[in-house]
Amino acid sequence: MSFHHRHLLGIEGLSASDISLILDTAEKMREVSERPLKKVPALRGKLVINLFFEPSTRTRSSFEIAEKRLSADTMNFSTSTSSVKKGETFLDTVLTLERMRPDCYVMRHGSPGAFHIMFPHTTARLVNAGDGAHEHPTQALLDALTIRENKGGFDGLNVLIVGDIAHPRVVRSNIHLLRTMGANVTVCGPATLMPPHVERLGVEVVTNFEEALRDKDVVMMLRIQLERQRSGLFPSLLEYYKTYGLTRRRLALAREDAIVMHPGPMNRGVEIASDVADGPRSVILDQVENGVAIRMAVLYLLLSGGEDEAAD
Amino acid sequence: MKRLIKNGRVVDPSQGFDNTLDILIKDGRISNVDKKISSKGLEVFDATGLVVAPGFIDLHVHLREPGFEHKETIASGLDAALAGGFTGVCCMPNTEPVNDTASTTRYILDRAKASGTVAVYPIAAISKGSQGKELAPYAELREEGVRAVSDDGMPVTNAAFMRRVLEYAGSLGLLVIDHAEDPWLTGDGSMHEGSVSVRLGLKGIPAASEVIPILRDIELARLTGQRIHIAHVSTRGAVEAIRTAKEQGVQVSAEATPHHFSLTDEAVVSFDTRTKMSPPLRSQEDVDAVIEGLADGTLDCIASDHAPHAYEEKMVEFDQAPNGIIGLQTSVPLALDQLVRTKKVSLDRMVDAFSCAPARLLGLSDKGTLVPGADADLTIFSTRKQTCLREEDIRSLSRNSPYLGMKLRGAVAATVIGGTIHPAS
Amino acid sequence: MKQTILLDKAGIQRSLHRLALEIDERLQGCGGLALIGIHRRGVPLAKRIAGRLKEVEGALVPVGSLDINLYRDDFSTVGTAPELRGTHVPFDIEGRTIVLVDDVLFTGRTIRSALDALVDLGRPARVQLAVLVDRGHRELPIQADYTGLSVETHREDNVELHVKEIDGEESLILQKRT
Repeated sequence: MSFHHRHLLGIEGLSASDISLILDTAEKMREVSERPLKKVPALRGKLVINLFFEPSTRTRSSFEIAEKRLSADTMNFSTSTSSVKKGETFLDTVLTLERMRPDCYVMRHGSPGAFHIMFPHTTARLVNAGDGAHEHPTQALLDALTIRENKGGFDGLNVLIVGDIAHPRVVRSNIHLLRTMGANVTVCGPATLMPPHVERLGVEVVTNFEEALRDKDVVMMLRIQLERQRSGLFPSLLEYYKTYGLTRRRLALAREDAIVMHPGPMNRGVEIASDVADGPRSVILDQVENGVAIRMAVLYLLLSGGEDEAAD
Repeated sequence: MKRLIKNGRVVDPSQGFDNTLDILIKDGRISNVDKKISSKGLEVFDATGLVVAPGFIDLHVHLREPGFEHKETIASGLDAALAGGFTGVCCMPNTEPVNDTASTTRYILDRAKASGTVAVYPIAAISKGSQGKELAPYAELREEGVRAVSDDGMPVTNAAFMRRVLEYAGSLGLLVIDHAEDPWLTGDGSMHEGSVSVRLGLKGIPAASEVIPILRDIELARLTGQRIHIAHVSTRGAVEAIRTAKEQGVQVSAEATPHHFSLTDEAVVSFDTRTKMSPPLRSQEDVDAVIEGLADGTLDCIASDHAPHAYEEKMVEFDQAPNGIIGLQTSVPLALDQLVRTKKVSLDRMVDAFSCAPARLLGLSDKGTLVPGADADLTIFSTRKQTCLREEDIRSLSRNSPYLGMKLRGAVAATVIGGTIHPAS
Repeated sequence: MKQTILLDKAGIQRSLHRLALEIDERLQGCGGLALIGIHRRGVPLAKRIAGRLKEVEGALVPVGSLDINLYRDDFSTVGTAPELRGTHVPFDIEGRTIVLVDDVLFTGRTIRSALDALVDLGRPARVQLAVLVDRGHRELPIQADYTGLSVETHREDNVELHVKEIDGEESLILQKRT
């Protein structure tokens, strides 16, 4: 079994066996993080540039740790410390960085598909750490690993994704992944935060939260960004909590052994009650831990093969 | 100077004929159109196997000069037009400065004359600076030769203002061209709102953003009894509204671009910014409706909306990129390949859409027809020869075309302007 | 391709038995001993040797498994990233005598990677190597302390162990290029 993709740009385009391979590899990587000496030389001498056009402490540190555990050399390039502020275009930034001959870019950008500009200018591998509202594949993969650990598999699993379905990039990646692996996906949230035509992604759309919770094995809460309330997409945070906040009472409507997930950071008391977030069915902290393992797996699969073998 | 265009399939929708005929040109005008005209002592162009039509006029072109000469100049734009088979183009006023004065119009006309042959009909702004607040000096502009006004790129959002525009410009015989778009519904969308936009995470522009302003324009045309022309129609809803309005006798006309009858929003999956335009590429259903609209004449003209942008301007993130693609050299091959070859639109209707209809709308009585006495402007093309546009063939200063390398069945053979024959190289 | 069976099922059993006895003798009992099998086929071999040691000495020798794929030095020739099997050493290797177990000893590079991996897990008192077959052609100064069988081969030949846990049958095969 081998990974034949040149880049990890999204979940769309990955097969079920690709996804399983990444999850299996991540499980093996976990052991490295449990040793006293948390390092293996697998990516020794490879240069990975973390190209973050949008700030993100969590994702970036998770990638950095993953890179270092595999002994790769890392370099961080983020807009706050660079010439992009002085008006350098994205293209110029890439051309400058190419001079350092990186083996891989881990990129987060605010515009969907931004990495497409890079293709003609680099032979490095690309890992999408989030591009606008489009995809965030490593997040969906770590969510999947968490689900697999707790539920054994995906086939026939009922997953509910709740909240702002329109804006977070992780939604599309999660939907593609869960559907590819055979799970049933329902999305639920306020109508103003539901993208038009979302049912074309193969999901069930339910507006009533109580109704949506019935028979669910996994409840994934999404973060509500406070700017959305300010831009008038729903009247108040309290109203949001009243209609879509996951409380203990609501969680009881799902299956008895349902697990609760959240990509973080959480707004306690807005999308999720504290006692649920910290409760026995919450696997939120496992998600964070799995992040490093997944990212190690992805970097290993992309970078430790030979040059000409990968397709795409 | 006498010339003979011999043995071509002459298609002239203005006179309703489609026959193998010879055309005699004398002193820059059509002298005679008949079977077997004697070629004694004449310069002959053999049009056997080719179609000969009244010269094509592109109603919607951005020549970018003055102000944006890094994207295109009048000279390079007209060079592209000539290669594309066009004998005349209308240039949009969103230059720098905006063409809202006689002096800017005069400048454009002077530059056009200096560059050569293709006729330029400048479209002036509807409002001063295209700000949508004050009327531009229409009478002064008309004296300079302007035949149409538009605030292309900047929709006129105030209905009361648009009413005044239709009344005043209409009374002077100027055609009002509206870029129909609701900027609030469009928001910061960068592609059609549909099944593809939801997959790509790009903000979408709903079809309603075009349909609602068109419905408004139709009502204003009905109210004022004046003409209105809708630029670059892209949606089924718009085509249906225009069809109904025409049936009711409202004086509305419309155009569609070749990209809106040949590409759908699926093309955006590549995130290639050469698939970003305004209005955006729409769904298959919309494309089918546009083609039907061209076939039955609901959409009167084909106009390219030739919009050059420099390489570095388009080499940015999709949602940051400027809208538009070049189109002068691919318009005719695309129409031949996508509309005529597939038998969705008749050859006669296609010729009408490229020449008679634009000439009629602009009030150019000596153009768009092969009646003896008309200007000897002709577009001669092959329905069989293949066009494959490569980068080195592009005459425009910009290269932003999604059709590079695409094999299209249909090619321009020669462009005749004022009797002078310019063969395609 | 000419194929010869170097050891059949019984032959493998006898070799492993002898290796277990040699280890027991040389180390004077199993005190402080642990076996670590190198993925993939070194692992079932290590388990079987431990089983023998239990029969012979009554000692419970801990067995671990080592995945050297994260320590390889030959990635550029390998193609796509090799599938990980996972390292599982559920005991402290500090101060122990570790006997690495592998099926075929060839260039020695796998063992070099295994030593690097082992060193990242801790500091054993000493490390020895047990292999079922030594086929020569070393590229590094590595030798086995316990060898089941030595065989002369050409570089292009292939030596393969099949075990019932992985391949469904038991044999040690030499494939000669003709």
